[in-house]
Amino acid sequence: MSTVTTKKAKSSGKGKMYNRGAWKYAIPAFIPLLLLSVVPLSQAIWTAFTDNVAGFHVKVKFIGLENFHRLLGDKLFWASFKIGIIWAVSVTLLALVLGFGLALLLNQKLRFLGLMRVLSLVPWAMPPVIVAIMWNLLLRPTSGPIQGILEFLHIPGAKTDWLGDFNTAFPTVILIGAWVAMPIITVSILAAIQGIPMDMIEAATIDGANAWQRFRFITVPAVRAITTALVALNIIWNFSSFGLVFVLTAGGPGGKTFVPALFAYNEAFKYGNFGYAASMGVVMALAILLMLGVYLKASKREDTQR
Amino acid sequence: MSTPASVIAPAEKRKRKYYLIPTYFAVICYVIFLGFPFLWMFTTSLKSPLELLQLHQTLLPKGLYWQNYQDIIEKRGLINSAKNSLVIATATTVITTIFAVPAGYAIARLKKVFSGAATGWILISQVFPVSLVIIPLFMAVRRVGLLDTIWGLILVYLVASLPFALWMLKGYVASIPMDLEEAGAMDGASSFQILRRIVFPLLLPGIVATALFTFLNSWNEFFFALVLIQSPEHETLPLTLARFMGSEGQVLLGPLAAGAFLATIPSLLVFGIMQRKLASGLLAGAVKG
Repeated sequence: MSTVTTKKAKSSGKGKMYNRGAWKYAIPAFIPLLLLSVVPLSQAIWTAFTDNVAGFHVKVKFIGLENFHRLLGDKLFWASFKIGIIWAVSVTLLALVLGFGLALLLNQKLRFLGLMRVLSLVPWAMPPVIVAIMWNLLLRPTSGPIQGILEFLHIPGAKTDWLGDFNTAFPTVILIGAWVAMPIITVSILAAIQGIPMDMIEAATIDGANAWQRFRFITVPAVRAITTALVALNIIWNFSSFGLVFVLTAGGPGGKTFVPALFAYNEAFKYGNFGYAASMGVVMALAILLMLGVYLKASKREDTQR
Repeated sequence: MSTPASVIAPAEKRKRKYYLIPTYFAVICYVIFLGFPFLWMFTTSLKSPLELLQLHQTLLPKGLYWQNYQDIIEKRGLINSAKNSLVIATATTVITTIFAVPAGYAIARLKKVFSGAATGWILISQVFPVSLVIIPLFMAVRRVGLLDTIWGLILVYLVASLPFALWMLKGYVASIPMDLEEAGAMDGASSFQILRRIVFPLLLPGIVATALFTFLNSWNEFFFALVLIQSPEHETLPLTLARFMGSEGQVLLGPLAAGAFLATIPSLLVFGIMQRKLASGLLAGAVKG
């Protein structure tokens, strides 16, 4: 086993392999993944090329790209697709801004810090299904407490049905999405900020850097890598999920919050068009991969330019 | 570690109090935004059904109606669901960790081709909408006769958690210097000994973080449980809680709030204690991945 001959490229992490038997360790994880991830996922992708519909004893046949061809002309789907992209990007950016702000606050010496730390984790600790139900109840017209408070404070537009109104439904759902996404972002960015060596900040201060400059040239570069990863993950998670939207608005009002994951879900489980729904899934997966590719490439380029 | 990074220079100290007003304003906004829903849920859990029917609700309950907690624990099987959730989440976490640690190591240390293929698959399995994989997955679970069983759900959660766990652990392994393994190999350690004696101890913080992630995701998961579990005695906590919100949601608001509050507390405690580890876990996965 110890046939080590070269010492090159050890810092890069790739290159010479000192543990030649390591591939065997992937097997236990590989088998369940193969049976319950690779196989079902491949089947789902295959379904996209068939005319599979719900029902017993229906013969499934391969129809090539017909589903995709039909999808191309499906205006409703593309409207939903656009909503999905706006949803994923807005939730991610809003949560990033709010989470970054909170992380900066948590890094100060302030009162109530302990309370803030615990509260910053609440949305994460709460089961998502409860989060959705809770916000639904909070925002209910007439009986919900939020309307009551806004009315009490005489804020104009207090009587708005936040989740039912054409103009407010989508922004409201995005805000709740950001509420859910905030904790992971806050905690990760806070950890990155606290990982900055103290001497670096002291040195910068002695050199006359003001608070803004320290933020711009020390804090921002320190959180860059984790921010890139957080943005990528949140876009993936939000674009392909619909649980929150499903409970809050079920896609309404008037399709204003009809995200594509919900669209595909309805197509499959409401109308039984499994094949057609699967083709939507494939298109969505490709779209995400494309978006991520562009985004990661751009942030890598920015990294090397620095 | 806990000293804030933004140390204030003496010259700036006098200016500092002017910053405090907007800072504390922001603090209050965050506290309300994050805390109000939670507080409301807690006070609602202490209101009697009669009080909850009134048109004008007060934030503070008129009396402490602990009946909701008693009701949810005794009559609605919350204890049983919590037990199921605990068993399922623990088993998922243990099995995922046992499988993912060696595999994460292998992926991080393998040739670029294999490691790239594995990472690619991890990504694809994350981007494909779950709602569409559920049909073939449902069939697969039924075929092995594990439908509506706790073990069936554990198996599905294992597969659902593995990709992300592998991704995180891969990042951790990459941050361990190869020199150590090289030294081990030169001293004649076997492949397994390198993993067990050198990599494993250094990987421990990452393993803890990964395990917590896995535990929490399984503890909270709803969609798979909804599709795969049918009988009430196998229900998980989120399923039981979601049932209160049926057509008669308003009537069951008290018990629902009580259950939601109880379901949130354990994870909040674990999180409060472990948050630094969790954060460093995600960090490692992201930066070195």
